[in-house]
Amino acid sequence: MHFPHPGPQEAPGRAPALLLRGIDKSFDGHRALDGAGFRLDWGEVHALVGENGAGKSTIMNVATAVYAADAGEVIVDGRDVPLRGPADAMAAGLGMVHQHFRLVGSFTVAENVALSLRGAGQKVSVAEAARLLAARAAELGFRIDPAARVDELSIAERQRAEILKVLLLGAGTLILDEPTAVLTADEAQALLTLVRQLARRGRAVVLITHKLREVAAYSDRITVMRQGRTVLDAAPAEGLAMDEVARLAVGEMPAAAPRIAARPGVPLLSIEGLSAHRGDGSRALDGLALELAEGEVLGIAGVGGNGQPELVDVLSGLRRPGGGTIRLGGADLLTASPAARRDAGLRVVPADRFDSAMAPGLSLAENLALTGVASGRFGGRWLVDRRKMRREAERLIADHEVRGGGPATPASLLSGGNAQKLLLAREVSDGARLLVAHSPSRGLDLRATRAVHGAIAEGVARGMACLLISEDLEEIMSLSTRVCVINNGRLSAPMPASEVTPERLGALLVGHA
Amino acid sequence: MTDFFLAWLTVLPGYVLPLLLASLGVVLSERAGVLNLCPEGFMAVGAMTGALICLAGQGPWLGVLGGTAAGLGLSAVFGLAVVVFRVEQTLAGLATVALGLGITGVLGRSHVQKPFDGVPRLSETSWGAELPRVLGQQTLMLPLALLLLLLVAWFLTRSAAGLRLRAVGEDPGAADVAGVDVQIVQLGAVLTSGAFGGLAGAYLSVASAHVWVEGMVAGRGWVVIALVIFARWRPLRCLAAALLFGGTEALMPRLQALGVDFPVYLGAMLPYVLTLAVLALTSTRRGARSGAPAALGLSYLRQDKH
Repeated sequence: MHFPHPGPQEAPGRAPALLLRGIDKSFDGHRALDGAGFRLDWGEVHALVGENGAGKSTIMNVATAVYAADAGEVIVDGRDVPLRGPADAMAAGLGMVHQHFRLVGSFTVAENVALSLRGAGQKVSVAEAARLLAARAAELGFRIDPAARVDELSIAERQRAEILKVLLLGAGTLILDEPTAVLTADEAQALLTLVRQLARRGRAVVLITHKLREVAAYSDRITVMRQGRTVLDAAPAEGLAMDEVARLAVGEMPAAAPRIAARPGVPLLSIEGLSAHRGDGSRALDGLALELAEGEVLGIAGVGGNGQPELVDVLSGLRRPGGGTIRLGGADLLTASPAARRDAGLRVVPADRFDSAMAPGLSLAENLALTGVASGRFGGRWLVDRRKMRREAERLIADHEVRGGGPATPASLLSGGNAQKLLLAREVSDGARLLVAHSPSRGLDLRATRAVHGAIAEGVARGMACLLISEDLEEIMSLSTRVCVINNGRLSAPMPASEVTPERLGALLVGHA
Repeated sequence: MTDFFLAWLTVLPGYVLPLLLASLGVVLSERAGVLNLCPEGFMAVGAMTGALICLAGQGPWLGVLGGTAAGLGLSAVFGLAVVVFRVEQTLAGLATVALGLGITGVLGRSHVQKPFDGVPRLSETSWGAELPRVLGQQTLMLPLALLLLLLVAWFLTRSAAGLRLRAVGEDPGAADVAGVDVQIVQLGAVLTSGAFGGLAGAYLSVASAHVWVEGMVAGRGWVVIALVIFARWRPLRCLAAALLFGGTEALMPRLQALGVDFPVYLGAMLPYVLTLAVLALTSTRRGARSGAPAALGLSYLRQDKH
């Protein structure tokens, strides 16, 4: 077999660290992998790039035997041994650090490591595990408290604990699933430096990511996946045009939503002196006031924890306000029930769609019908019209290009982007006069982000007003007609989008303006 | 007053030990993540089997062993349902209780109310005749139960297998990746809980009452479930809770004998009221942990898409 791209520090003649060929894998009839392949050589950092739902995590879960492939072969370090489970994969030297860390939260770091080492057949006490941990951490140049409970560690610390655990288990190959997604910029850099160091010492590292630019500088080779297929196979990172890689990953790109022109219509929403408290009694909203007209998007930027979730909850009727007024088109909504708010045309897309917007265990058709049942759109008072629900779901799924399932698929099986598209399809439908959207593109890839923004822009073009609450300045700037900043439960004076500069916004964000 | 206290102390183990033994089993099963509502059923088959073996003239210790085995057998049905076939654990638990009570009704009917020689009191043995009354009235089940308590406490916190078992109950995914066979651990924990429940049942008939009547478990299995929550899934706290619940129960007839007019039903309510109070406290006080294993009641399958 011929491989055109030798790895930079590859030992000559050594079999690849990991070789996957012709992998198929379906979940409930949905094809997640379709003849996908992957080749990893020793001593390299290999970026595995693709959008949400492209199959990156799935193929690595097949490699580490978390999932059994429907077809294809997995060859680890030149040996074609069947792996029957994650423990087998670990014994073969494949260590995967999952996005959701596989650490027992109520155990200490040392207990977790002892558990894994014993699982691998090494007779190690918790005290010995603690010593091993401290020694390996010192070797790699960072500190960790082996006696700390995992659920009391920061995310970055947990990640380091997980990497140390996998290394102590003797992993020659390290697979990191979206390792930088949960880290600050500094933490991410420290991690990527660590990863380079490990590769220089002869290990092989896979970085699964959809943030290509972040990892490109640290990677030796890049593999790109799209819709379950490998579309770029282990190309050397040096000299590769990143725009070309991005195009491969995304395929054909929907155009960015056109800028929304500021031509406000009739005043719609008026909030005055709104206050609210958090569960612990601290003040979350402090005399917040705003005005919003039809066809307008008011972007509320701000650093997290300044009252954003409380504002969304107060508006959706899930949190009792301390005082103030909320008037939507003349109707007083301050103490109205969530159902009355919906009737008045208020729609909410919360930051966590499975928290209060969708039920993961219900089907797509049921989720789509959920908000329309009360008004009798899907049948009478006692019964629901399932055929109507199904037709409506089919229409929305087709119209909004939701991929990964049909009307009967449980919502939990959709990727984040597709679930969000579906939620917007439901909320920005007939009768929506005001959309409150909280971080609508958080965690979504570029394609899904554009689809979501497109749906909002479309609604606004029809005269809907939108309150966009987001920490993502790019999102705020691309959608809003006016922008203000939330700081300690208060809003700054809004300014027209045309006058917003990153510098002005930055000064407002830290509260110095 | 001293007499009253000594009399209470003498009968105390008869009330405390069945609760303690069965709760240890529930702790093991639930720390492995399997919600276990079965003790009423385990105890019922244990009590009946122990009595039947004694009535057949096989001796009390074989009766105790047989009762334990019966609990184990019934738990195998429960384990098969929840671990292998992944049946919802609450439903499977309730069905197991019904099955256990049904079996005892069918098989034991003709053996009701027949007294037999149970486990001898220490004062009846050749070496224990000189013991003071409080000790002399006890059986060897008392040291056995305390030994089992220490064994379970040690197992959970000190042994490698205990670490694996707790990992399964807290985060089966993490345990799986760490090379623990989740299903085997859970099955083992469920079978052990059955054995403990059967032993507790056998204690009731063979070591305490020396007779079998249908329904003699009389809701103790449900008290055990509340007790484990009250003890927040810790073995040593189970002893404290069993002393509290069993001690109050033991007090009732004695108070009545003294002529104190105390409503019995209030006493019978105590375990549940206290358990509710503990639940309310741990869920409202910030930072307080109920101690429930994080994955309690969830069935784990590796191929689940998460």
